[in-house]
Amino acid sequence: MTVVVVLCAVLLTAAAVLALVRVERGPSMLDRTIALDTLTAVLVGAVAVHAAWTRRTDTVPVLVALSLIGFVGSVAIARFASVEPEGEGRVLTREEVAALELDRMDAEDAERRDTDAEHHGGGAEGDVRRVEEPDGGGEGGDR
Amino acid sequence: MTTVLDVLAAICLLAGSALAFAAGLGLLRFPDLLARSHAATKPQVLGLLLMLLGVALRLRWGPAIWMLVLVALFQMVTAPVAAHMVTRAGYRTGKVDSRALVVDELTDDLHAAAEEQDLTD
Repeated sequence: MTVVVVLCAVLLTAAAVLALVRVERGPSMLDRTIALDTLTAVLVGAVAVHAAWTRRTDTVPVLVALSLIGFVGSVAIARFASVEPEGEGRVLTREEVAALELDRMDAEDAERRDTDAEHHGGGAEGDVRRVEEPDGGGEGGDR
Repeated sequence: MTTVLDVLAAICLLAGSALAFAAGLGLLRFPDLLARSHAATKPQVLGLLLMLLGVALRLRWGPAIWMLVLVALFQMVTAPVAAHMVTRAGYRTGKVDSRALVVDELTDDLHAAAEEQDLTD
């Protein structure tokens, strides 16, 4: 039995790795969905082999859950699939990610500068002073 | 008797794993969405059924076998629906090359439906 289990494990691992390569390459969201579906099936197979090897029955409910989850995921992605522009669906290279990150940080810095000038540069008209004004006392009187 | 059952279970598990491996190869090598989804169904239906049969032959315990039957039923109901949804979305978003198809009835039907819509408007 051990030899069979090792052979099964090798085959299943190879299948999972090949499916993962397809997930990485794309080229579209739907290709990835199909590959992830296959990955779920391979995972169910791996749990099944484990259950058959150890003869434990407590991992069998995991199979039920897995076979349902794969379905929900792929249907949800297919439902919201839309036309992707050419080249949109690929994984970015390291330089492209760095450029995008730089742009984002620049935008954040600019936004922060604008906020500073607006809230801390002008006259000090806070809420505290406006509370004291009516009646010359009242709630703010004991300060 | 138990040895015979164990050998049968081992054969089933090996066959299921081989189908999963074939699906992995197909996913990587096949050129377009429909071909890949064709390859992906191998471990989802036949491969999984073989492996569940192998586990059932090895466990030989009533409640677990019923749960395995449940898994097989779920998978056989949901796998075609999921594949249909994914390939339909692929067709409608233009990821299927209609020149590579031998029969393409959906495009004709879509054109006919669009013309009918124009007439009623």
